[in-house]
Amino acid sequence: MESSAYIRLRDVVFSRSGRRIFDGISLDIPKGKVTAIMGPSGTGKTTLLRLIGGQLRPDSGQVSVAGHDVPRLKRKALYQLREKMGMLFQSGALFTDLSVYENVAFPLRAHTSLPEDMIRDIVLMKLEAVGLRGARKLMPSELSGGMTRRVALARSIALDPELIMYDEPFAGQDPIAMGVLVKLIRDLNSSMGLTSVLVSHDVPESLSICHYACIIADGKVIGEGTPEELRAHPSERVQQFLEGKPDGPVPFHYPSGDAAADFGVGGLSS
Amino acid sequence: MMDRIAGLGRLGLAIIASFGRSGQFLFGVLAGVPRPATGFPLLVKQLYAVGVLSLAIVVVSGLFIGMVLGLQGYTILSDYGSESAIGQMIALTLVRELGPVVTALLFAGRAGSALTAEIGLMKATEQLSSMEMMGVDPLRRVVAPRLWAGFLAMPVLAMIFSVVGIYGGMLVGVEWLGVFEGSFWGNMQSSVDFVDDVLNGFIKSVVFGFVCAWIAVYQGYDCVPTSAGISSATTKTVVYSSLAVLGLDFVLTAVMFGDF
Repeated sequence: MESSAYIRLRDVVFSRSGRRIFDGISLDIPKGKVTAIMGPSGTGKTTLLRLIGGQLRPDSGQVSVAGHDVPRLKRKALYQLREKMGMLFQSGALFTDLSVYENVAFPLRAHTSLPEDMIRDIVLMKLEAVGLRGARKLMPSELSGGMTRRVALARSIALDPELIMYDEPFAGQDPIAMGVLVKLIRDLNSSMGLTSVLVSHDVPESLSICHYACIIADGKVIGEGTPEELRAHPSERVQQFLEGKPDGPVPFHYPSGDAAADFGVGGLSS
Repeated sequence: MMDRIAGLGRLGLAIIASFGRSGQFLFGVLAGVPRPATGFPLLVKQLYAVGVLSLAIVVVSGLFIGMVLGLQGYTILSDYGSESAIGQMIALTLVRELGPVVTALLFAGRAGSALTAEIGLMKATEQLSSMEMMGVDPLRRVVAPRLWAGFLAMPVLAMIFSVVGIYGGMLVGVEWLGVFEGSFWGNMQSSVDFVDDVLNGFIKSVVFGFVCAWIAVYQGYDCVPTSAGISSATTKTVVYSSLAVLGLDFVLTAVMFGDF
């Protein structure tokens, strides 16, 4: 797999506000596949996407995308590389002063000199792909959460990127909207030949569409492999996450002092 | 005691770091020259938002301030029998001082706070991040048109304020209190110098416009992306802009008119 890795992280260390988020993490993301990055909340999954996109720079280590050393790229080269990337933000991040149509047309207007009728055709094709051609005149405030993400998805594929990153695409979605997004991610990946990175803690949905998955916790990869390999992973911690057990290597209780002292009674222990 | 000294030191370093960041930010905004085809429509849109939508408050405030000046000026000057100098007094007060200063304060409260809140909200809702990830620099696309619009709109608004203020003063002085119209306009014409008064006032408004717009966009871009962070940034915009305008006004007045 390493030879076909589209994204490569090597010994990446990253800290923020004095807290170490990644402590020498290494990861390969294969080209043309859906890779799920999972892990408990607050483990730095979104931060990982921002490191890949060059919005954050690691303290040390290497982040390479399509052979480019992202942290060392000059501003112009970084922005050119980003034209090959699409990112679906958790909130959708649509421009609230632009209609659905104008949101999808935005990257085309910014990076191409295509005539207006061609932009129109591309926008309508992208909206058709996510099932929202009929919603092109709506404003973002008129969309449901699921529709917002589908419009954001149409916008992120407007320039036919090589890589698309999904930041918690299923969070807060009803079952139908979640099913639609799962189908779209799978279909877009196969039809456009994209490399997809899916950050999520929705285990069944993620494992149902990914070719490869890894679980990060405490700044490191604690388990990786195909969905089948992960399900058979010997690590208790991996199994606790996959099966959603409330107690295990990650304890139910946040570290606390003596319970008897806190409650002012005898006979209890923490 | 040592803790307090250390705290003061930290505060000083934080202030210096903030100045450094805002300077770096300004360089980033001014360094990028946008394509005219995309930049000009964005500038026009922001000129409307920042300038045209501030017209109402500027015109109404200018009218009332001019009318108050007319009333106060007449009361004082009539004690010395020189109420005919009221036009001169109103014009010089407005063109040299009140026009640029009051317009800048109104501008900071109306347009500056709106700019900060808008950019801050775009940051909180990841719109700026998504723009970056699309390979579009938000400093050039979002911040630069707003900064330039503030810079260009402020002097025009200050001129409109002064003109409307003079008209308000004329309404009270001439139409209501009966000052001779010829002496009202004649004294004004003979005493107001274009370079010393009008141009210096214009320069003040250009400086104030630039500083207010810079503070507003920087506070929005640098805010903590939460509701409390945006609220705090908006307040800072109004407070810092007001203090900067009043402080700079003293400095500029001393340089322009301080013939010591």
